[in-house]
Amino acid sequence: MIRNIHRQMKNFRIAIIGGGVIGSAIAWELSKYKLDVVVFEKGSDVASETSKANSGVVHSGINSPPSSLKARFCVEGNKMLQPLADRLGFPLKWVGKYVIAKNEDEIQELLKLKQVGIENQVPNLEIQDGKEVNKKESNLLCHQALWVPTAGITLPYKFTIALAENAVANNVTFLLETEVVDINCKDKFFIETNKGNFQSELLINAAGLNCRKIVSMLEKPDFNIYPCRGEYLVLDKSYSNLINSMIYPVPPKKLGVLGVHITPTIEGNILLGPSAEFIDNPDDKITTIEMMRNLISEAKEIIPSIPEKAIIAAYSGIRCKLASPDEGGGADYRIEESKQTPGLINLLGIESPGLTGAPAIAKEIVKMISKNIELKPKDNHKTIKFMKKRFSEMNSKEQSELIKKDERWGRIVCRCEHITEAEIIKALSNPLGARTLSSVKFRARAGMGRCQGGFCTQHIIRIMEDYFGIHIEDIKLKSSESNLFMGRTREVSDDKP
Amino acid sequence: MTDDKVITCIVCPIGCKIKVKTDGKNFGICDGQKCKRGIEYARSEALDPRRMLTSSILVKNGEWPLVSVKSSKPVPKNKIFDVLKEIKKSSIKAPVNLGQIVIRNVSGTKIDIITTKSIKKL
Amino acid sequence: MINLKADVAVIGGGPAGLAAAISARKNGAKNVIILDRNSWLGGILSQCIHDGFGVEETGKSMTGTEYREMYITEAKKHNISFMKETMVLHINKNRELIAINKKGLHKINAKSIVLAMGCREKTRWNVMIPGDRPSGIFTAGVAQAFINLYNIMVGKNIVILGSGDVGLIMARRLKFEGANVQGVVEILPYASGLPRNVVQCLDDYDIPLFLNHTVTYIKGKERLESVKISQVDEKMNVIPGTEKEIKCDTLLLSLGLIPENELSKEVGIEIDILTGGPIVNQFFETSVPGIFACGNCLQVYDTVDNLTIGAKNAGKHAAKNTIYKQNKISNVYAGKGIRYVIPQRITKPGRVFFSLRVEKPQEASMMRVNADSEEIFKKKLLWVNPANMVEFSFDVSSDIVNSGKKLEITLDD
Repeated sequence: MIRNIHRQMKNFRIAIIGGGVIGSAIAWELSKYKLDVVVFEKGSDVASETSKANSGVVHSGINSPPSSLKARFCVEGNKMLQPLADRLGFPLKWVGKYVIAKNEDEIQELLKLKQVGIENQVPNLEIQDGKEVNKKESNLLCHQALWVPTAGITLPYKFTIALAENAVANNVTFLLETEVVDINCKDKFFIETNKGNFQSELLINAAGLNCRKIVSMLEKPDFNIYPCRGEYLVLDKSYSNLINSMIYPVPPKKLGVLGVHITPTIEGNILLGPSAEFIDNPDDKITTIEMMRNLISEAKEIIPSIPEKAIIAAYSGIRCKLASPDEGGGADYRIEESKQTPGLINLLGIESPGLTGAPAIAKEIVKMISKNIELKPKDNHKTIKFMKKRFSEMNSKEQSELIKKDERWGRIVCRCEHITEAEIIKALSNPLGARTLSSVKFRARAGMGRCQGGFCTQHIIRIMEDYFGIHIEDIKLKSSESNLFMGRTREVSDDKP
Repeated sequence: MTDDKVITCIVCPIGCKIKVKTDGKNFGICDGQKCKRGIEYARSEALDPRRMLTSSILVKNGEWPLVSVKSSKPVPKNKIFDVLKEIKKSSIKAPVNLGQIVIRNVSGTKIDIITTKSIKKL
Repeated sequence: MINLKADVAVIGGGPAGLAAAISARKNGAKNVIILDRNSWLGGILSQCIHDGFGVEETGKSMTGTEYREMYITEAKKHNISFMKETMVLHINKNRELIAINKKGLHKINAKSIVLAMGCREKTRWNVMIPGDRPSGIFTAGVAQAFINLYNIMVGKNIVILGSGDVGLIMARRLKFEGANVQGVVEILPYASGLPRNVVQCLDDYDIPLFLNHTVTYIKGKERLESVKISQVDEKMNVIPGTEKEIKCDTLLLSLGLIPENELSKEVGIEIDILTGGPIVNQFFETSVPGIFACGNCLQVYDTVDNLTIGAKNAGKHAAKNTIYKQNKISNVYAGKGIRYVIPQRITKPGRVFFSLRVEKPQEASMMRVNADSEEIFKKKLLWVNPANMVEFSFDVSSDIVNSGKKLEITLDD
């Protein structure tokens, strides 16, 4: 049961469909103006689809075709991210990237990438030889590499949550577990959802993999989407010292070779992946045995010392592509007002570098909207800055002070990551009203360690029941039907019938 | 008519598979035994199989909602689900001491259900 | 920072920690503290409502909960201090612990430390089961906690992967609580739990045991909907064409236990990759002087009875904490047929108690101990398998230890 703390309005100036990083970034930009804005998110939390299931990479722009929207928004967004991270408090680290060439043939590819980078105005690109690379990355096997210092890493879910929760603090209405089922347009947009009907003047389609579904409610779409699944493996933190920067091989030419990326995470894990597999069903977020085996074996070719027992988790995310594999599998973003349905602004095919481009894309959307609506800035726009350091990262003095203020900082709930009861309660008290186990995991990190929730789950459940009065039948893993439990061992009289 | 049965002995790690003949009242070993304890085990399994039962009972006003319980003696196999049914319907008020009798003569077996944990009052 | 001193600091208040602490007190340690992260003592025993505990130790079969209460009562009698809901964050080579609880941060200076952190359960990703990532997948121990402690039922239609004791016990428990237990899936050709549990948990209730099978796929958009199981060959490779789909809403994973040694690794204690636990000498002392290890964080035990014997020894030596003058160390190796052996080091001549696990089940075979190729001990072993720890002892001579001879334990075919 998601309680939204805002008044139950039905009419809005602007409705955004999709609470991923794009929808949340747009919501946050719009929250700076005197407007009634609503975001419809069908999942039980923001960043419940592609926005959480990616590498968390802040791209430099070397991978995007020059003069494309992808390149433009990537480079613009890249520059905006540090000031944004400073302001909102989400984590960001400029670890840099090595694109490595294993042999002479691949060196040509490096030069090509460098050239694209230069055209896209990516600064400080440098070709280094293997020996120089080994000074910084001693576990790596390579011939030559392209060093990309303006590539970085963030936690994509924390980034999205920071944007969304700041938007809520500034009176944007986020409606979770709210799915748009039909839309009619007649002067206004009449939006039918599973939680009621709404009206809005403008409609922003940031629905990711469902972007075509939304368009088809209003007009005949002139495009197709091609879902492309990327699988990942997550390695234990104890191997974090194997690499310092991101390690990408040169894009492979051989069929069946993934060209697996090795990406450090903010929290000290290592990600292997993603794979790239075109699939039929955009909901098919499975992990497959073939890809899992490919990921680990290809990773071992670049860094031989990675053992299989380092794997603690696996996940997959789906890219929303606008071109089929026959068409090349890559197409530029389409960010435009529909000609057929004025007032409908579509964001189609926002795949990589969408995370990086999000702040710049949001600014562009605001620019587009300002042509239709007068945007009056709020003079009381708030910023909630997220705590940069977890309790476990603070020094003893800071920790002791917190415990003195509230003893719940002294109770460790997640044993693997040393997350405290206070942090769990804070996570569950989020202004979006997201109360699933995943919403705790992505805010507080509890459950992301070696034991994958083996120790903390029972304590988090106890906190959900005791502090938040959540009934055990309502405790979900991540989505509205992913209940954890089925009743009680012994019936208690005050339970639901 | 007697039935042939194969009983896996659990007295020691060998786990002999003992073939027996039984009609519920009479008992005869065919093959497979290696020791006296095994024969004894096979006999009791064939004529009067019993099991120690462990389960939980609802606690009212306790620090924990359940208290673990056990049967005071092994319960006849054919009574197990009756006993479990009665356990499910019962409850006990905190504080609970270890060894407290929760149900006397459960399901007419002359066996009691006793607690195996202590639970403090909330 | 709250400063405390202790003669022996025991990290973990489960059966190993309790037994070690009691033994430390009995052997002269005056100030013994047990630190446990839970609000209760007894660790995992709190949720072990089934019986079979303490048979070797006391002659009677108790439930885990009764065994726990027996030890807690004993520990209280010996005036052991308990710090509950307390997590040890760091330890260092000087035997200083940093621990945290609702009162604040504590720095504990201990003369010796006993590591008794126990173990964690293997997860789905340790065996890389592909498919969806729905709710309804639990490790067996977590499901046991919900059902027995928190009065929460995890599901109605159950498949259990792994026939270790925890999986077998849970099969029966779920059956008793009205769930439909479709079966226990085991990759090996034999059950890995005790035969008694196979009979009393599966056979008694007609719960099928699928040997030579494993779960190869998990299906479920939000909550688990079904699993696919396939047969495997002797090399544990999937046999194509044998796949079966079983509709279920709950998958319990009983895949094995991993000793918890993050603290051990942090302080630089040498870990044996075969056991997953610290390398110890016959006094249960790790490679860091004054730090001892026992219980499931040292090696995964089969019965709590064996575990507490080792823990009592660890506690005794932690209390005595005599630093033995070590000229040479005799290293012990697991040779052919042996999966691992503890202790891995012998630092003083005398009677040494060994525990080991064999590689595969064998009816009868000769176990031999060689010191630098000279056979010094042998014993005929009957009916051994990896699931049953083998224990034996013999006198290790001063000649062997003083010349640092290498001991190798092997098992004939």
